[in-house]
Amino acid sequence: MNDKKIAIAGLTVFIVLFTLPFWWNMAKAKPAPKPVISDKARAAGACIESKDVMAKSHMKLLDEWRVLAVREGKRTFVNSKGVEHNVSFSTGENSCLGCHNNKAEFCDKCHTYANVTPYCWDCHLDQKESAK
Amino acid sequence: MLETAIKGSKKYWIWLLVLATIAGIGFLAYMRQFQLGLGVTGMSRDVSWGFYIAQFTFLVGVAAGGVMVVLPYYLHDYKKFGRITVLGEFLAVAALIMCLLFIVVDLGQPMRILNVWLYPTPGSVLFWDTLVLNGYLLLNIIIGWKVLEAERNGVAPAKWTKVLSYISIPFAISIHTVTAFLYCGLPGRHFWLTAVLAPRFLASAFAAGPAFLILLCYLVRKFTKFDPGEEAIKTLAKIVCYAIIINVFFFFCEAFVVYYSQIPDHTVHFNYLFFGSHGANSLVPWMRTSLILMVGSAILLVIPKFRNNLKILPVLCLMVFAGTWIDKGLGMISGGFVPSPMHIYTEYAPTRTELLITFGIFSIGFIVLTVLFKMAASIKEEVKG
Amino acid sequence: MKNSRREFIKVAGISALGVAAASPVLNALASGGEVAHEEKKVVVKEESSVDSPYKTNKSAIHGARWGMVINTSMIDAKKAAKITAVCHAIHNVPEIPNKKQEIKWIWPDKFEHVFPDKEDPYLAEKFKEMPVMALCNHCDNPPCVRACPTKATFKNSEGIVMMDFHRCIGCRFCMAACPYGSRSFNFSDPRKFLDPAKIDPAFPTRMKGVVEKCNLCAERLAIGKIPACVEASEGAIVFGDLADPKSEVRKLLNSNFTIRRKEALGTLPSVYYII
Repeated sequence: MNDKKIAIAGLTVFIVLFTLPFWWNMAKAKPAPKPVISDKARAAGACIESKDVMAKSHMKLLDEWRVLAVREGKRTFVNSKGVEHNVSFSTGENSCLGCHNNKAEFCDKCHTYANVTPYCWDCHLDQKESAK
Repeated sequence: MLETAIKGSKKYWIWLLVLATIAGIGFLAYMRQFQLGLGVTGMSRDVSWGFYIAQFTFLVGVAAGGVMVVLPYYLHDYKKFGRITVLGEFLAVAALIMCLLFIVVDLGQPMRILNVWLYPTPGSVLFWDTLVLNGYLLLNIIIGWKVLEAERNGVAPAKWTKVLSYISIPFAISIHTVTAFLYCGLPGRHFWLTAVLAPRFLASAFAAGPAFLILLCYLVRKFTKFDPGEEAIKTLAKIVCYAIIINVFFFFCEAFVVYYSQIPDHTVHFNYLFFGSHGANSLVPWMRTSLILMVGSAILLVIPKFRNNLKILPVLCLMVFAGTWIDKGLGMISGGFVPSPMHIYTEYAPTRTELLITFGIFSIGFIVLTVLFKMAASIKEEVKG
Repeated sequence: MKNSRREFIKVAGISALGVAAASPVLNALASGGEVAHEEKKVVVKEESSVDSPYKTNKSAIHGARWGMVINTSMIDAKKAAKITAVCHAIHNVPEIPNKKQEIKWIWPDKFEHVFPDKEDPYLAEKFKEMPVMALCNHCDNPPCVRACPTKATFKNSEGIVMMDFHRCIGCRFCMAACPYGSRSFNFSDPRKFLDPAKIDPAFPTRMKGVVEKCNLCAERLAIGKIPACVEASEGAIVFGDLADPKSEVRKLLNSNFTIRRKEALGTLPSVYYII
């Protein structure tokens, strides 16, 4: 087995190359940006659930919403405090984007940081963008 | 075993390079389609399936046709096919890979393809089609590989591979039956709404598949030292002969019902394909050529003098292949959509992007086919030598 | 949102999937012709007993099987164009220059196209040129729903054949299955053909690669409004619950001779025409 050295060298090169993106990311990692809360949302006082829940699982909630609203026609959501909310992501004032009317600072900032590109906006209209 | 595929002549590598180039161009064309959507194709509101689905349908037939060597060998112990069963199985593998690729490029939202299994819908024929196609692909890869490996090692193939071979027979029938069910169960599409569609699909498959296999046998004989055997080729020719006769017969059954009943919903499609209607007639020369090729090859094949003449046979096989390809790859899908259910005549022709993608997929299929056949031929040479 | 509540949704979803997985086969086998015609009870259930955080809107109007009666004699070319314009505007249906790949939800067409099986050389001139509104029939036995491999198109509990754009993979099997040409496919990004100033933010646009069609204004029914075409038609289109013998549509069906498109196919359309 005199190829041992070559094999180990090769493996090392492979592992370094393979994990390079991770090192690269670590090197240039910045602290997570804070989303800017729009004036309208601030005035409303509270989101439909606690900030913590929304930050962690807004995507799960939206996934549930879209299934239940479209497929079962259930468009009213009762939150954990018993308050009713309109199940809608983007339609009108009484919706997620109706309140969080600053997509660039509220949504995009974190999504860009986390390098996720949800396709919500392929169909759903950002109120501000459409107003322009 | 794959190592046998990377030891080839200069010609072999040039051939692969040419195919890879076409596949690359096809991939670039697909990137364009992926970006812009299916609007870059010739498909329309009225003709919502086009070249991709047509090629898919035809190739499912080629894949199913592979069973025509497997069945006589395993069920009837026809020893002469022993040497070429693996070729039939590998042809099926290549054809099925093309089929799956054609389905993917036809989707409007290809990234969501797994939805078919995330939300399984047993009422939808397409759901079953993905199952049988993937199942048959897996079966053929495993069987072909294991049997070839055993041959190389000079041992009998494991018992379970034989069991899988038996299972693959009904699977072959099912892939084309289910594919026919995609079309023939739709109310309001009277061209397809016929119980003879699945049998007709199978008949044309059992003609086109083995005809193509015969042509491949000639190529294998020319380029390698492996000889599939004259007897095997002649028997395959007999299968092609009966299958194409049955296919033509089914076509005439169909034509009789349509024209004797004179139900407009049925006649309009035949009129469009064979005579042209409302100024739409681009498929007429193709369909007439197809009919001439199929009837002509059937007559010639049934005469032993021509069928057994190994010089003429490849020409007859080409006729069968071209005739059935036009029938299924051009006429079958468009014919069902023109006229539309509102009796509007919107014609369809593939665009350049569509054709480039199609050629790209064919090239990928031929790369798979070449590599697998090279492997099979090399091992057979090795064992013999 | 408590975890137990989320779990509920999951369990409910999974068990619904189980039932749904078995029922299409049974439906497909059983629906040979005997599709229930008897009066159905309104199926909207309020899950007050279980701790579900989701409900239907209080203002929503409900029916067991929504349907329409279109009085063609009351619709002229001008009104037909208005109906189409209203529907297409509120649903952000793009105007696509390439007519072969256009998108239509409700549109006027010729009698011979809407009713190709009622071919007649002696059909009176006035009928030949009369605009007949064509739209999704919201069939009681919809072939498109049967064909869809992902349940992206489905019949909801109130008889509306719906599209779930989030789930559609764009295979276009439903378009082949529909015998009425009621479905359109987004061959390209529809926003390219929409005037940003005129987009109605109250309804999402679609993305390229999904199929779309009339949704009988399900989003309006949810807030207590009737379909927009009905409103725009000034009485020419009547909307109501076909399962309710006292509904306005049933009264019209009782007092008029009506036809449906391609009845022989057994799709049981919910859209009736008075010619």
